[in-house]
Amino acid sequence: MAKRDIISLIRENVIQGRVAQDDEGLDGGMVGEPGVTELIEKALAKRLDVRDIINKGLTEAMNLVGQKFEQKEYYIPDMLASAEAVGVAMKLLEPYLAQSGIKPKGKVLLATVKGDLHDIGKNIVTILLRGAGYTVKDLGNDMEPHSIVNAVRAEKPQFLGLSALLTSTMVNMRDTIQALEESGLRDKVKVIIGGAPVSEEYAKSIGADGYGSDGFQALAVIESLTST
Amino acid sequence: MPREGILVPNPYVRITDEQVQQIHRASLQVLLDPGLICFSKKAAEIFHSHGAEVTTASSADHPHWHIKIPEKLVIEALDSAPKTVKLGARNPDNALIMRGDEPRVYFISGSETNIWLDVDFPAYVKKSDSSIEIQVPEFHPRRATVADLCQSAHVCEHLETLDGYIRTVNIQDEDITEDNKDVNKFFASLNNTTKHFMSGLTKLEQLDNVVRMAELIAGGKEALKENPIISFITCLVKSPLQFVEDTTDTFIEVCRRGLPTVVSSSPQAGTTAPIKEAGIMAQINAEVLAGITLGQMVNKGTPLLYGSVPVMARMDTLGDSYGSVETSQYNIDCVQMARFYKIPNYSTSGVCDTKIPGQQASIERLFSDIVVTLSGPQYLHCAYGLLDCNAVFCLLQAVLDDAHFQMIKFFLKTPRINQQELAETMKQIKEVVATPQKLYIRYIRQVMRSGEISAPYPFEGDGESDSVFALAYQRMNELLAKPVEHIDPDTTAKIFREIPGLLPRLNVYKEGK
Amino acid sequence: MTEDDIIARLKENVIQGRKNQDEEGIDEKLSGTPGVVELTRLALEKNILPEEIINKALTAGMTVVGEKYSTKEYFIPDMLASAEAVGEAMDILKPILEAAKVETKGKFAIATVQGDIHDIGKNIVAILLRGAGYEVNDLGSDVATEKIIDFVKKESPDYLGLSALLTTTMTEMGAVIEALKDSGLRDKVKVLIGGAAVSDEYAQEIGADAYCMDGFQAIKELDSF
Repeated sequence: MAKRDIISLIRENVIQGRVAQDDEGLDGGMVGEPGVTELIEKALAKRLDVRDIINKGLTEAMNLVGQKFEQKEYYIPDMLASAEAVGVAMKLLEPYLAQSGIKPKGKVLLATVKGDLHDIGKNIVTILLRGAGYTVKDLGNDMEPHSIVNAVRAEKPQFLGLSALLTSTMVNMRDTIQALEESGLRDKVKVIIGGAPVSEEYAKSIGADGYGSDGFQALAVIESLTST
Repeated sequence: MPREGILVPNPYVRITDEQVQQIHRASLQVLLDPGLICFSKKAAEIFHSHGAEVTTASSADHPHWHIKIPEKLVIEALDSAPKTVKLGARNPDNALIMRGDEPRVYFISGSETNIWLDVDFPAYVKKSDSSIEIQVPEFHPRRATVADLCQSAHVCEHLETLDGYIRTVNIQDEDITEDNKDVNKFFASLNNTTKHFMSGLTKLEQLDNVVRMAELIAGGKEALKENPIISFITCLVKSPLQFVEDTTDTFIEVCRRGLPTVVSSSPQAGTTAPIKEAGIMAQINAEVLAGITLGQMVNKGTPLLYGSVPVMARMDTLGDSYGSVETSQYNIDCVQMARFYKIPNYSTSGVCDTKIPGQQASIERLFSDIVVTLSGPQYLHCAYGLLDCNAVFCLLQAVLDDAHFQMIKFFLKTPRINQQELAETMKQIKEVVATPQKLYIRYIRQVMRSGEISAPYPFEGDGESDSVFALAYQRMNELLAKPVEHIDPDTTAKIFREIPGLLPRLNVYKEGK
Repeated sequence: MTEDDIIARLKENVIQGRKNQDEEGIDEKLSGTPGVVELTRLALEKNILPEEIINKALTAGMTVVGEKYSTKEYFIPDMLASAEAVGEAMDILKPILEAAKVETKGKFAIATVQGDIHDIGKNIVAILLRGAGYEVNDLGSDVATEKIIDFVKKESPDYLGLSALLTTTMTEMGAVIEALKDSGLRDKVKVLIGGAAVSDEYAQEIGADAYCMDGFQAIKELDSF
């Protein structure tokens, strides 16, 4: 397989949202063909330029997917499948990024706050962020403020995302931010919040840096806060 | 390929088999005692010649006869009445095939209103803050014209869920007379829709003209028989238990020609029928059976629909309360009676009491549309666009109705639960549960594109304000802008040559148009 | 039963809408007891004056019914039953009133015009007007214009009510009014029209004296004439 071919195939499979070879993909009938996982592995084995893989294979593909979404040819499930494929690719490429001089876009920690187990939204955001080139670590659910603070201290993320579904648990977002302040870490990380009971106003009132009404908005806010 | 309509696999039944039998027997009794009061001499003679007991009642001005119809005649008629009725169409793919024992529902427009409601959207300014402006729909009633009839046929041609067209407005132009109303009504409709067309006939003398018109369009006498592109609604009955002279005579002539027609009765519970359900059912069933019997005596095997338009009276005015719950109950009972006889049922739903589109209209219509559809009538004339009982027609309302019919039809799709589906989805379950995110979203994609997911309400807007009317209005204009297939120039020319009384302005090929 | 008893019972039965002893009435326990017809006859036997019967029992009863209707305790079916009962009483009293030269409120001829068989509304109006003390002649439905003119000529009614349901038949109303003019009868009778197809504008257009949306409006119009 020529170098060009593999990257074209990667692009094609991102657009089709095919993570691995047993994926049907959007158009169907592609089961058995190498998916993004196999193709990235092959590309790495062939020592293709990681920058090329990312720019021409992944980013271009996501741009095309974005266009199709604008034209209402693709819907959210399609975008998510493509983002998932990119996320898988980025995970495989991660060890090689540093030596290629590629800095990850940024690191994001995500958590559902104390007392709350809801995480669909957070899980979607994870996929989208990874698909956009961020490194994402999901700390989990029902997270105590001090556990989150410890993770921020250890991982040094640029962004911290907090999620809650209940009005009774969203107060823990305030507690978490307070805990960050008390630990002297507040100015080291940008805090974005999301979830059904919260809002732009609530974000401001607790001193958060941003609010995302859904995964796409969250991504947009994080992108806008990412210093180039 | 005929239209699919929607099959209702487990139709909702309101009354038990025992109750159906009881009504059937009670109706037979009613047909003997008190029997029918018939104002049509022709019908009285036909009944008499078949062995019914017919006595002349005295009345110089309006002669009438008392008719006792024996069970034997009714049973014979029920036997010979076709159990499958085909309604044809200019476009053969729009044909409707109805089997009396199959709860496959076709949705039809109708009926004939005097008033057309125009809509516009003037802007209003908030008194306390003149920078805030909103658009509010305003409805303007006026008498309907033949141009309106053309427009409504045009829109109905493009309404996805509408399977057939019953004329929606009464044309009241200055140059429409009793003598030319029918030919213009039929032409205006047939020229703007390729779906089946059903209508009442204003004057019996016009029957031959409209039949001839249909023959020209269908491609000849035999072609019309094969593909009956027109059918009739004949309200022979004036409740209680009276056969009216002019419509009964029309009914007889339509049956003689073997064209499909609806035996229709519209008793009002509380005024022209008993207020109690058992009573109105015994009566309406008797009335329809009497009509079916007459039709089969005139022409054995002629296609008929069991027509039911029962309605409840409202207590404050004794006017029709189509929006009442009882009205739906009676209609469902009639569906069951027709199914018992295996004769296709012409049923009614969606008519509401309120005069303009709005909350009340939506609730009253949706309620009866859902429950009556679920009972599985073959031919459901469900009031697309009708308001104020049957007095007003509004195109905007018709567009709104189409949206909720899409929901109803979608609801009735056959569930896909089988071993193959289960195996496939169990594989998905295993895969997804193993992933950290535990989301099934990627599997939506294929299903999404095969039409198996319902669309969100088409007039949703941004959720901040109610933009249903504005969006429906846009849609209405989109539908009006879509072209419609007129009758070809040759046939049109033939029609205008042969059929008297047609308004020249209806000829779309005429010069200067 | 004393005279007062009879009057009181008669009034009560008007309110109950009980035409005769077979009727249940609203309260249902009254089946078998004398209704309006029996009590009216009894009253006459006891030589109670017809005017008394009318004022103290029939009209008084209808007044109570009217009040119950306006407070929405009674609906149209209740009013109709009461009006029908009063109508029956008036039929019994009619020959005596004529002999005594007592005047009814007026003579009202009513018809559905030629070509139209719809008559529910007309029938309800007839019952209400009778119950309100008018002498009502119902000419029927699909009545030929000539027949209406003949009746007006022969019987000289004070009022003529015309009903039509269809836009195709309402034009007959205009024809009737024209025919009245041609026969020199127009100013001898007040013409009221009603029915789903017509309106105030139409009444004005054809030169009728009033348009009445329902029977109750008709009674109001008549009172105002």
